[in-house]
Amino acid sequence: MEGFPILSAMLLVPLLGAIACMFVAAPAARTIALAATLLNFLLGIVLWASYDIGGAQWQFTERAAVFAGFEWALGIDGIALMLIVLSVFLMPICILASRSIERRVGEYMAAFLFMETLMIGVFAAQDLFLFYIFFEAGLIPMYLIIGIWGGDNRIYASYKFFLYTLLGSLLMLIAMLWMAEEAGTSSIPALMAYDFDPGAQVWLFLAFFASFAVKMPMWPVHTWLPDAHVQAPTAGSVILAGVLLKMGGYGFIRFSLPMFPEASAQLAWLVFALSMIAVVVTSLIALVQHDMKKLIAYSSVAHMAIVTVGLFAFNVQGLEGAMIVMLSHGLVSGALFLCVGVIYDRLHTREISRYGGLSINMPRYALFFLLFTMASIGLPGTSGFVGEFLALAGIYQVSSWVALVCTTGIILGAAYMLYLYRRVAFGLQRNEDAAAMKDLSPREYVMLAPIAAAVLWMGVYPESFLAPMRQDIQRLDERLARAAPEGDARLAVGRLAPAPTQAPAEGAH
Amino acid sequence: MIDYETSLRLIAPEILLAVSGLVLLLVAAWGGDRAARAVSIAAAVALGTAFFLVMPSVDGGLSGPDRIAFAGLFRADAFAGFAKLMIFAASIAALMVAPSFLERTGSMRAEYPILVLFSALGMAIMVSAGDLMTLYIGLELQSLSAYVLAAFLRTDGRSAEAGLKYFVLGALASGILLFGMSLTYGFAGTTSLAGIRVSMVDGLSTGAMFGLVFVLAGLAFKISAVPFHMWTPDVYEGAPTPVTAFFASAPKVAAVALTARVAIEAFGSQADAWRQIVVFAALASIIVGALGAIGQTNIKRLLAYSSINNVGFILIGLACATASGTSAMLVYLAIYVPMTLAGFVAVLMLRDANGDPAERVTDLSGLSRIRPALAWCLMIVMFSLAGIPPMFGFWGKFVVFRAAVEADLLVLAALGVATSVIGAFYYIKIVKVMFFDEPAPGTAAVTGAGTGTNTGAIAMRDGRAHWALLVIGTLLVSPFGFLATGWLGNLADRAAASLFLVA
Repeated sequence: MEGFPILSAMLLVPLLGAIACMFVAAPAARTIALAATLLNFLLGIVLWASYDIGGAQWQFTERAAVFAGFEWALGIDGIALMLIVLSVFLMPICILASRSIERRVGEYMAAFLFMETLMIGVFAAQDLFLFYIFFEAGLIPMYLIIGIWGGDNRIYASYKFFLYTLLGSLLMLIAMLWMAEEAGTSSIPALMAYDFDPGAQVWLFLAFFASFAVKMPMWPVHTWLPDAHVQAPTAGSVILAGVLLKMGGYGFIRFSLPMFPEASAQLAWLVFALSMIAVVVTSLIALVQHDMKKLIAYSSVAHMAIVTVGLFAFNVQGLEGAMIVMLSHGLVSGALFLCVGVIYDRLHTREISRYGGLSINMPRYALFFLLFTMASIGLPGTSGFVGEFLALAGIYQVSSWVALVCTTGIILGAAYMLYLYRRVAFGLQRNEDAAAMKDLSPREYVMLAPIAAAVLWMGVYPESFLAPMRQDIQRLDERLARAAPEGDARLAVGRLAPAPTQAPAEGAH
Repeated sequence: MIDYETSLRLIAPEILLAVSGLVLLLVAAWGGDRAARAVSIAAAVALGTAFFLVMPSVDGGLSGPDRIAFAGLFRADAFAGFAKLMIFAASIAALMVAPSFLERTGSMRAEYPILVLFSALGMAIMVSAGDLMTLYIGLELQSLSAYVLAAFLRTDGRSAEAGLKYFVLGALASGILLFGMSLTYGFAGTTSLAGIRVSMVDGLSTGAMFGLVFVLAGLAFKISAVPFHMWTPDVYEGAPTPVTAFFASAPKVAAVALTARVAIEAFGSQADAWRQIVVFAALASIIVGALGAIGQTNIKRLLAYSSINNVGFILIGLACATASGTSAMLVYLAIYVPMTLAGFVAVLMLRDANGDPAERVTDLSGLSRIRPALAWCLMIVMFSLAGIPPMFGFWGKFVVFRAAVEADLLVLAALGVATSVIGAFYYIKIVKVMFFDEPAPGTAAVTGAGTGTNTGAIAMRDGRAHWALLVIGTLLVSPFGFLATGWLGNLADRAAASLFLVA
């Protein structure tokens, strides 16, 4: 693999696919899109396979001075690797899930493929401004996807999505310009090692926070998410929940924490407070939703709050947990949106009360839906458990109160997810048309089965996913050590958490 | 002692334009309106030749004493050259798109290309001015041609109104400028920009301060910065669309370059005195331009407010009063010109059922369904105007804000960035109308069958010219533009450096 610019290739394949899709008829566009995303998935596997665990911090680096003011600099560490793999894994599934799109298929596929290029670019960029361009450019395809192929209220949702995220990112741009000016470089690895003045760090942190908190999204700037999710087409929701939300978390772990450690420690209370409110409030809101997509959207906000507390725990468990929650949430919420999409395609409503007793006429569907429901709750054996357990164990070392409040979120999570499942899959078949729906088609199997396998894999043997990231998280932990707040718990545990699957449960499940 | 040989060589492009303008005027007088197209082509050739004559000075970054003609009255330095390249290119574009528009109403006359030519000549003199006298001659030559151009559709009430309004307000602005210039002369004792600079090194007397304020106010009118922007929407709406495209590009470049030259060469030693004015005008332009555009239903008015908004960002570069700030202004302009021209060309290509020009925002509804290529081009232009990466318009804003941050104008940069979100709203509204809305029956988009369905073979040729301009403009502002960042930044840096030589 030496010398082959695999990251550039991964950016180029969907881009070329996107351009091709613009000019061909619908069936050809579907084929091209599927082929391009599958090819990229293969490249992703090659990338993972040839990633040298324990090797250099930055691998597959590429540099080309084609621009003035910033560089075409790519390279990944273990954290970026996992998120790239997640993106390329979800993309072919999204394309398959778009069978119900019949209007303007070529443009739709082009928007998705362009989106894939930008997502990979965000995770692979090693230059501050290159990152910004990829990060911000994602607004355009997502705006079009929601606005053209979305539901009834799509215009409002697309405006809200666009302007909310734009305002957040622009403040970050000013901070980036200042940082590049101050440090004399726009290279991300160099900036990660640069020590900014703690006074300036607070401002920089807040500017980045404005962007990542909206993207994440954290309470109270999460309100664009339910709207965007409800209005977006199924595949749009999957990408939004699966990958776009991860950009916020990735931003925290790549920029906020290593670049502004003092400010992060100083303002951790803010993150904790917002996260605690988010966990409880959005879980309660999810409990009363009548719309399935909205319910899952609110549950996303709650899960992402667990990510933020894990990140700001300033210890290895917290960081590892946050990463695993992100990966797991990417799979699980994506799969849940697909599950909603499966029945939405049949009945064209997301109203929970229109369904019921689906386990009678759609037993296989009910099985998959149950698995993902349990993974969302965090049942041991699924990916959700590993991440949440680690994140909460991490935060428990810092603050018992934050851990306590966040754990209630898991109880509430169980409540709203099980309640949703009961109303959709169990009980009586209240509506004839819902009772007449057919079980999963082969295409839907192909969509759901790989995610189910990945969820179980991550739940049973998370080491595969933790191993590439371990060294990078270790480095981050060392970098943060000087600013780490003292915990209120006096735990006598070693630096590495015991294997999570064998650890005693937190009592939350 | 003036070395006439050198001086004449330095103003060769201007002489070329002046002579061809006069010759073409005679051709037009004898040839009548039948010669209109031939005169257009000849004018375009003259502008193109001038373009190539100017090129070496930009490419070589030439500046300093060698480039000063007529004992300091005229400067053919890289800064002027950079602006001239944009001016000439935009003028050629204005010549290319005009015939098919004007011929529809039978108002294509041979004077149009000549007026554009003289206007371009005036602009070339403006940006090269080394003295308040040269400045005023250039400015008036440009303005007087522009007043006539605005009223070029004699039979159209809106066009006549635009011309009159432009003339009255323009005359007022010229008066303010003259007043400021006379005050400046009175307190500095000289009209040469370099001399004014020297006289102000030790501080600014109250009188000179008034002169400075009035000069800047007059120039703010010409660049249509808030609070001197009121004429812009009316003139842009009323003037024939090709003329509006011209107004939004070439004279804007000239006026901005002139403002930069006056602010930095003449008043450069008192940057703190005028910075507050420029900061206010910049922020006010961004906000008013953005808010004003939201309620507009006419695309030309909307683009007028967009140009006010863009001037605000350009002024942020000026407020830095540094070489990098000036360079950022030039880069911004170099991106702004193709962006705005492509926008207007797209508007020109809209036709309603009768083949008449369509210019309401609602005429765009569902454009992406009927004329996808046009809609995609306009979408790229709109996102570029909004400054959303990866479109190249982002780069303009990026360099301007980078310069502001380098000059420690953090608050200005943050406010500018925050207010640019308001602007993004109406750009994405256009995208929404084109892409999300269904085509409304009876609107332009539905029947749009290319340019001028009923003018036969000529229309086809014009259609190609429109497409060529649109595609070139779109490609320049698309992500491909980023490949030019190094080259563009280099040229702009050297051009900007020539302004700071005297310092």
